Amino acid sequence: MDSKRRGRRGFLKGGAAVAGLAVGAIGTAGARPAAPDANSDQRLKDLIAYGERSHYVTSIRKPMVGEPSPDQFGLTRHILTPLQDSVGNITPSSLFFIGDHRGVFFPDIDPKEHRLLIHGMVDRPLEFTMEELRRFPSVSRVHFVECLGNHSKPEYKTVQETHGLTSCAEWTGVPLSLLLKECGVQSGASWVVAEGAEEVKGAGSIRLAKAMDDCLVAYGQNGEPLRPQQGFPLRLIVPGFEGIYNTKWLRRIKVVDRYYMTYNDYGHITKEPKVAALVFQWGPKSVITFPSGGQQLAGPGFYQISGLAWSGGGAVRKVEVSTDGGQTWKDAEIRGTAHPMAHIRFGMDWKWNGEECVLQSRCTDELGQGQPTRAELAKFFNVSLEYYKTHRLPGTDNTIQPWKVASDGSVHNAI
Amino acid sequence: MRYRLFLPVMILGVFGTGWAQSPTYDLGKTPTAQEIHAWDIAIGPEGKELPPGHGTAKEGAQIFAQKCGFCHGPTGAGNGGSAPTLIKNEGKPVMTGASNGPGPLMATYSPYATTIWDYINRGMPFGQEGSLKPDEVYALTAFLLYKGGVIQEDDVMGQQSLPKVKMPNRDGWAHLPEYKHGAPRIFTNSPEH
Repeated sequence: MDSKRRGRRGFLKGGAAVAGLAVGAIGTAGARPAAPDANSDQRLKDLIAYGERSHYVTSIRKPMVGEPSPDQFGLTRHILTPLQDSVGNITPSSLFFIGDHRGVFFPDIDPKEHRLLIHGMVDRPLEFTMEELRRFPSVSRVHFVECLGNHSKPEYKTVQETHGLTSCAEWTGVPLSLLLKECGVQSGASWVVAEGAEEVKGAGSIRLAKAMDDCLVAYGQNGEPLRPQQGFPLRLIVPGFEGIYNTKWLRRIKVVDRYYMTYNDYGHITKEPKVAALVFQWGPKSVITFPSGGQQLAGPGFYQISGLAWSGGGAVRKVEVSTDGGQTWKDAEIRGTAHPMAHIRFGMDWKWNGEECVLQSRCTDELGQGQPTRAELAKFFNVSLEYYKTHRLPGTDNTIQPWKVASDGSVHNAI
Repeated sequence: MRYRLFLPVMILGVFGTGWAQSPTYDLGKTPTAQEIHAWDIAIGPEGKELPPGHGTAKEGAQIFAQKCGFCHGPTGAGNGGSAPTLIKNEGKPVMTGASNGPGPLMATYSPYATTIWDYINRGMPFGQEGSLKPDEVYALTAFLLYKGGVIQEDDVMGQQSLPKVKMPNRDGWAHLPEYKHGAPRIFTNSPEH
């Protein structure tokens, strides 16, 4: 029942092609892209069968800075969403970030062959086909996914580099609680192990209380089946939790009575209680996507500061923006309906006077949790702020991201 | 009034499991014991899922050199590439996967030896995952435990003995956060505004 997968050699070729494409895109930046031949087969396919975006739109994902990509094994581990180009709240499936247990190495799963097995401490172990899963009552919910590795560093230049390991989509599927109730969870059960069908069978444990609360066994993303990169045909959505728990290519859920110390799990244990308390669930977080690092303002005048806010604890209630390095804050406008554990666009009118300034945003969620500065987090962990210039922040990094606008209109990472 | 509200909760507490239990949709099939067994590769600390088999560090050293050395170096000390070092190397133990960057060796970091078995069995060797036989996984686990100073070179690791290995880092781990809908995390920077 193991899934088929692409050959490694095929992948290497593919990787080289992608790398070549990226270089090509940079090389031609600014030049007018060639219009496709109006009568070509590809053009007609785009026009009729499955539409492509305009050839004038060139926003693309890219690998994480500092990770050779492809690496010595031809693998690309983390692919970043171009948040600087985003509008609205939903990340297009083609630009959704990718994080993976071991490189971007997608199993090629025939949905007719795929099964989800639920067993362990249940009264009735059950195995479902994809067709059967689609017969259950479905729900569609908007949720962000964010990798634990989404840490801003001083050497990162753009918001794609500092924050590109988060994206947001509408997910469609069956509530995990519904499937677990069908199986009858036994007394004494307290955790579930979720496992994928890819080559490493990536697995991790989450508390049963979370599994029964709001997790989703998802087969749809943004109105169509999941992309292979996002776990086609089935993935777990664990709203607000670290990305790694959103198990892709989901094939098995085992109900157990303890943290199972399987594949992913030992990486999430720590002897430091403060760090342990900040894993699993993301805190409130926000970032300005315009103006952000690497962008260029045309000159003094009116602009719209725009960004995204989200929280692993619930819906965003308030976003504030400072244009003076954090001395004063003003409420930003929430642009749309803030869903629980979902990106929400915020915006604020701003007239730039041409002087150097530092822009930043902070958000508060419906639980009253606020977004800390890096200095506040350093104080919480009893280390100096300098320490975090060279060391990774422990746990999930939800600190405030400052951008400096220089007097020439260029924008820079100011952490 | 207050007692009436609590009564259903008390009944569930005494008689039930707390979750609704009856099947509603009658979809899906009941898997056979063999089907479950074939997929049940998450090895818990008690080792209930471990298959029969056995191996020693000496056997493991040979298998390691053949099947693992290309990425991890013939002795596990690394080869300078991106695959982690698996044994102590000039006082610089490195094993990725710990939440804070380069951390301790997996063989001595995990509180349970079963984690090492689970990891090798599902994830190694790179590109041929799932190809190792249980005896080979026991032998490789024994090799890493021996190199990590946890067991003796002649100790036989198997279905019964592996879960009994007392790991140096068995205790002292911080409690993982509880989950309750709508409960804030411990570090909440509640701005006073």
